[in-house]
Amino acid sequence: MANMAQAIRMALHYGEENLGVREIFGEDVGPPLGGVFTATQGLKTAWNAPLDERGILGAALGLAWAGFRPVAEVQFVDYIFNAVDMLKLIANSTWTSGGLYKTPLVVMTPTGSGIHGSIYHSHSFDSIATKLHGMKVVCPSTPIDAYGLMISAIKDDNPVLFLKPKALLRTRGAELIPGEPADEKELKAMIDAPIGDRSKWKPKWPKVGDYSVPIGKAKISHAGTDVTVVTHGRMAPIALEAAKELESEGSIEVIDMRSLIPYDWDAIKASIKKTGRVLFLNEETEITNFGEHLIRRTVDEMFYDLKVRPRLLCGKATPGIGLATVLENFTQPQKPDVLRMLREILSDPA
Amino acid sequence: MPNAATAADPFKGLEKALLLRIHGLMVRARALEERFIKMSKSGDGYFWIGGPGEEAFNVAVGLQVKKGQGPQFDYLNLHYRSSAIALSMGVTPIEMLRQMRNVATDRFSKGRNFVNHYAIPEINIVPMSPTIETQYATAIGTGIANARTPGDAITLVNGGDGGTAEGDFHSCLVWANRPVLKLPILMIVVNNGYAISAKMREEHGEKKISDWAKVFDMPAKTIDGNDPVESWLAVKEAMAYCRKERKPYLLEAACSRLYGHSSSSGANRIPESDCIALFETKLIDAKLATKEQLEKTWHDTLAEIDAAHQQVKAEPFPKPESIWEDVFSDGLPDSYPRSGGSL
Repeated sequence: MANMAQAIRMALHYGEENLGVREIFGEDVGPPLGGVFTATQGLKTAWNAPLDERGILGAALGLAWAGFRPVAEVQFVDYIFNAVDMLKLIANSTWTSGGLYKTPLVVMTPTGSGIHGSIYHSHSFDSIATKLHGMKVVCPSTPIDAYGLMISAIKDDNPVLFLKPKALLRTRGAELIPGEPADEKELKAMIDAPIGDRSKWKPKWPKVGDYSVPIGKAKISHAGTDVTVVTHGRMAPIALEAAKELESEGSIEVIDMRSLIPYDWDAIKASIKKTGRVLFLNEETEITNFGEHLIRRTVDEMFYDLKVRPRLLCGKATPGIGLATVLENFTQPQKPDVLRMLREILSDPA
Repeated sequence: MPNAATAADPFKGLEKALLLRIHGLMVRARALEERFIKMSKSGDGYFWIGGPGEEAFNVAVGLQVKKGQGPQFDYLNLHYRSSAIALSMGVTPIEMLRQMRNVATDRFSKGRNFVNHYAIPEINIVPMSPTIETQYATAIGTGIANARTPGDAITLVNGGDGGTAEGDFHSCLVWANRPVLKLPILMIVVNNGYAISAKMREEHGEKKISDWAKVFDMPAKTIDGNDPVESWLAVKEAMAYCRKERKPYLLEAACSRLYGHSSSSGANRIPESDCIALFETKLIDAKLATKEQLEKTWHDTLAEIDAAHQQVKAEPFPKPESIWEDVFSDGLPDSYPRSGGSL
C-alpha cells in the first residue's frame, strides 16, 4: 500500500518503461537523494539539475519541443515565482505557434501548507496556476489518483502542472495501485532507498500497470444530497472526514476536483442542482481565489437552483503563513472550520 | 588563420557564387524588413520589430544550419531580429508578410503574434517569444536533446547585448557547461550597442560579452558582424567546434541597428554602417559584380515582395472564434468557460 510519494515514483517508473519518458530532473531529483519528498528515488532517468528554476522549466520546454516528454520538478512551488514567465511560455507556446508545436511535458511541484514550512514552504499556487491558460493543472488527494493522474499527465500532449499536496505525500489511501504489493513494508523494502550509502542500491520495481485518471474528471468521494463540497488536494481528506462526522446531521456530497484546469463543471453543476447548497473549499488565499471563480459561475448559471448563498472557505489573505502552529492553523482552514461552515450551510433557511 | 593566398583576398577564399547568394539573401531580408516598417506606419500591420543591419551575420548563420526536423538536426532558438536567418533557411517572404498583416494564413501563429516570430517544426525553429532572453532557457532543452542524440546536430540560440543581463543568458552558460553533460550549443549574441534606448556602454561593465566564456574555459570570439565574410568564417568555425566537440561556444557579433529597436523607437533610419552597402562596394571593387547587376537584384527582390504583399492584402483576417483553437492540442471541453464573464 503506497503512500503518495511512492505512488508518484511508481507512475514515473511506468512512464520510463512504457511511455517514452527519458528525462526526469530537478533540484535533488537524481541520486543520492531522489527528491526531497523521495518521489524520484531509484528512477533510471532521474538526474540533478542546477539550482535554477528558470533553467529547469526552460530545459523542459526545449525537450518537449524536441519530443522527449520530460518530467521536471520545481522542488517547492514556493520557488516557482521567479519562473512564472517560463510557466507562461510553457502554457502558451502551442497557442502562439498556431498549434504547430505540441508541448508534452509535466512540471511537478509540492504545493500548500501542513508541514510547518513557514513562509517559503507553505505557499499554495493553485489559483495562479489556473491563470496559466493553456496549461492543464491537476492536484490529487490520494495515492491512487496521484498514480493515475501522473500517467495521464505523461501521456498528454499538453503541458501539465502536477501539484503535489505536501501534507499528503506521506499519506496512504484505501485503494491499491494495480500491481503493487498490499503490504506497505514489502513495498518499502522494494522501492525505498536505504539510509546511508545508496551508491550500490537499486530498486526492485513491482509490475505496476497502466491505470489512468482522466484529466478533467472529478471524483465524488462521498455521495450526499444536502450540501455539495467542492474541493481538492490537501482539503479533500478534511472534507471527507467532515462529511462522515456529520452523517447524523446532514448528507454531504464531497467532490474531489482532481483537475483544476480543465475542471469538471458538469460534475459540480449536477451536484449543486441536487443539493442547492455548496461550499467551495481550498487552501489558497481569499483574494482572487479559484473558488471565487466557481462561485461566480454558480451564481451566473445556477442562481435559481441555489437554496442558500454559496460559501467559500479558504486561506486568509496574508503575505505568508507563519511558522507557529497557531498561526498556520488560524491562516488555513482546519477541520473544525469546515464542520462549522457545513453546519451553518445546513441550517440556513432555504 | 588565413593562408598567404587568402590573406590578401577580401573574401578569404569564398566562392563568387556563394558571395552573390549571400548578397541576394541580405537584400531580400533588408527589403522585406523595410516593407514591414512601411506596413507598420501605414496601417497595414501593427507593431514592427526586426533585424535590419544584421543581414551579413544572420545570412552566414542561416546558410550553415544543418536543416531538418528532429534532434538529429540543428535546433534554432531565435529572437525577433532573425529574418535573415529564416530567409536563408528557405522561409519565403510571403509567409512573413502574412504574420506582419496578422492574416488567417499566417502559418506561424494564425495572426496571433508579432512579425518575425516564427514556429517552423519542419526546420526546427522552435516557437519564438517576444519575451527577452527566454530562448536561452529553452535552448538548454533542445541542447540536451541534441546531446542525447547520436550525430553532429547542435542547438543555436541568438539574442542581443541587452538581453545578456537577464538570468536566462547565464542559465544557458551554466547548464551548457555542466561537467556531467556539456551541451553542443552555439550561443550567439548580436551586439548592436543598445538595449532599446539604453547604451550598452553605460549599462554593462564587461569589456566584451564574449568574456563571459572565460569563466567556463569555453571558446568564444567577438567579430565584426557587419562583414559577411568574417561572419561566415566565424560561424563555420564555431559550428564545427560544437558539432565535433559536443560543447558550447559563445560568439559575439558587432552589428549595426539601422532602424532602432522597433516601432517603439520610431523605426527611422539611423546613420550607422550598412553591411549591404559595404559588401556591394567590395563586390564591385573586386569585379565580382557590376553596379547594374546588384541594382537588378534589388529591383527583382522588391518586385517579388510587392507581388507577395498584394496577395497578402487580399487574404482574410482570422475568424474571432479561432482564439479557441490550440488552447489545448486536444481541444476544449464543452464546459470550458468561453463567455468572458457573466452572460
